[in-house]
Amino acid sequence: MGQVNETGALDRREVVQKLLAGRKDLLVVTGLGSPSYDVMAAGDHDNNYYLWAAMGSAAMVGLGLAAAKPDHSVLVITGDGEMLMGMGGLATIATRKPANLTIAILDNGHFGETGMQVSHAGLGVNLDRVAQACGFGWTREIRDMAGVDDLRGRLSSRDGVKLATIKVKAENPPRVLPPRDGVYVKNRFRAALGHAPL
Amino acid sequence: MSDAGPTPGSQVDWRHDVFRILKEADVKHIVYVPDAGHSTAIRLADEDNAINSVVLTTEEEGIGYLAGAWLGGERGALLMQSSGVGNCINTLALQACTRFPLLMVVTMRGDWAEFNAWQNPMGQATEKALNLMGVLTWRADEPQDVAPLLHGAASMAFNGDAACALLLGQRLIGEKQWVK
Repeated sequence: MGQVNETGALDRREVVQKLLAGRKDLLVVTGLGSPSYDVMAAGDHDNNYYLWAAMGSAAMVGLGLAAAKPDHSVLVITGDGEMLMGMGGLATIATRKPANLTIAILDNGHFGETGMQVSHAGLGVNLDRVAQACGFGWTREIRDMAGVDDLRGRLSSRDGVKLATIKVKAENPPRVLPPRDGVYVKNRFRAALGHAPL
Repeated sequence: MSDAGPTPGSQVDWRHDVFRILKEADVKHIVYVPDAGHSTAIRLADEDNAINSVVLTTEEEGIGYLAGAWLGGERGALLMQSSGVGNCINTLALQACTRFPLLMVVTMRGDWAEFNAWQNPMGQATEKALNLMGVLTWRADEPQDVAPLLHGAASMAFNGDAACALLLGQRLIGEKQWVK
């Protein structure tokens, strides 16, 4: 520890735009903070579920959704800080091996929402290697757009649980705020899948 | 009870009732941090191919999981010990702000004849903590109460997009034998 990771060079908005281009029926869950803004900036969508709280929960929401909807591909887009708070969830997810779940961690090595304090990822913890040790079938550290493009191609394959850490620049682009009405977002998401509200 | 419910007293197998009522409520996901009091339900869930039985590393994982399953149209339940309620507090905001059915079954410690006093602080705060976060609670201390109370909690969770917890009292579960 103490060894600061080399900061990423990728633009987070460009990364998310690329991942979601031509998304079809991809189901997307976002971790609170910048990843929610990044996904919103790429275009609001009925198949997006944005978290505004419950830090550490994004990957587990993705697991529950992937289990209930095995015929859909599920993508969790979150940050390194959010994933660190729910790191035990990687062990849980690995035991379930959901073939249709991919976790994309936008890793800037910092807590961007609270003043850019250095995170554990920034201090040398490699979340993709944690996932690999837990038993994820496919893990990568991505440092260029070719890697992002490769990941996008794998989102619809549904051939095993995947996790990528994508090394992005430590910067906060202008916030693009998704809806904060959680009941609205939930009901919209469910309705798009054919589930009526109560 | 006037229906064909279980007979009173010790004839009632409340441990099997927990799983039976969850099945009757069309639960497809049983997610848990193990506790001895839940061992029958966990074993039955593991053996049932129609149930996704998911062991968690910490209880709040189950709240996220069940939120996701509900987004996909499926029902579940979270089983844990009272100590795990403390781990769930902040994550309960997810239920409060999105309103989805969150059914929890909580085995109590620090509640009655507790040998390990380190269980007492969280055990004594469990029901109040749940109530503070907007969770509806019921308590079962008698075997014959488990099935009707769990049925009621499930009904109010799944018909009302509510967070509902049934607490299984330590007196119901029995005194833990520390020295054999």
